[in-house]
Amino acid sequence: MTTMAKVLVVTSGKGGVGKTTTTAALGAALAQTGKRVVVVDFDVGLRNLDLVMGAERRVVFDLINVVQGIAKLSQALIRDKRIETLWLLPASQTRDKDALTEVGVGNVINELRGKFDWVICDSPAGIERGATLAMRFADAAIVVTNPEVSSVRDSDRIIGLLDSKTEKAEKGHRVEKHILITRYDAQRAARGEMLTIGDVLEILSMPLLGIIPESQEVLRASNIGSPVTVSGAASAPGRAYLQAARRLCGEALPITIPTDRKGLLDRLFGRRAA
Amino acid sequence: MTMFNLLRRPNSAPVARDRLQILLAHERAAVRSHSDLLAILREQILEVVAKHVIVEHDNVVVRMDRGATVSTLEIDIEIPTLARTAMPVCKRDTSAAMVQSRLARSSPQRVQSVA
Repeated sequence: MTTMAKVLVVTSGKGGVGKTTTTAALGAALAQTGKRVVVVDFDVGLRNLDLVMGAERRVVFDLINVVQGIAKLSQALIRDKRIETLWLLPASQTRDKDALTEVGVGNVINELRGKFDWVICDSPAGIERGATLAMRFADAAIVVTNPEVSSVRDSDRIIGLLDSKTEKAEKGHRVEKHILITRYDAQRAARGEMLTIGDVLEILSMPLLGIIPESQEVLRASNIGSPVTVSGAASAPGRAYLQAARRLCGEALPITIPTDRKGLLDRLFGRRAA
Repeated sequence: MTMFNLLRRPNSAPVARDRLQILLAHERAAVRSHSDLLAILREQILEVVAKHVIVEHDNVVVRMDRGATVSTLEIDIEIPTLARTAMPVCKRDTSAAMVQSRLARSSPQRVQSVA
């Protein structure tokens, strides 16, 4: 195999901003282009990527089993039922975070590099061991940020860690960093009720990968266990994630904020799209 | 197209509820008994097979699908024809043997194995 695998961490510091949604959506978007993609859940004890990917009933072995040598990587990887080139390495639900060692995680990531084009690590919230191990071997990082003060502050903290605690940083290299703004409500921002994109970027001074609008479609996707780029590819967040994935691959697409097209009934009665 | 989508698009909340109920039923059972039944069966079946044949770690594929009423546990074990095994018990002329068990979760529990 002559591929140069890229290890990408999806992180944020703050919980509930959309790391797992983003991991699933970007993983599926990249895999749809034929790239071999594995999404790795680092949230030991509180795994959820399996649920968002719709693979929760098929988990046999997990990351810790592989780290501890109880299972081979090939036995723990779960192939997506919709996209052939998309795989999931689930986190353990029962064991504690201390079971993950740096050497063990490094070995697993190395093995994954040999098998995939993209290795996407879904970080747990916080800045503890799970989060630092998820970013430890990353070449690139997506910092998921909501236009909200506590999320921006935590993102700033995480950016500091990416610049100091990663293997790349320690060797004097730079981890490629991107901001992804999620749950953005253009109307509220226009009314001055929400930080604007400009505010966030100015504070964090980091390149923007995309803007994911607040949408009901994200909840729908997690309800049915399908990445939003698969079940709602034409929806506003679906399109926003698909564009972000193309930017990750180096395309210079202008950044737009897709909106959900409202039907006639919705317009007449002013309902929110369901 | 929009009309068509609207017509064939059911609410997703009931799907979410069903998925969670199945998942949590398995996880709660696993917490109570410290291990889930499918996982115990997986380990014990592999132990039994390993008593008779040297099983290469690489040649085992385990698949599980946990359902509300029926769960399936499928174990594929490749056994080399030229028995490099120390144990003469197993002289098979097939190159692969498959142990597939289907476990019905309704009571009474039954286990069928096809070897």
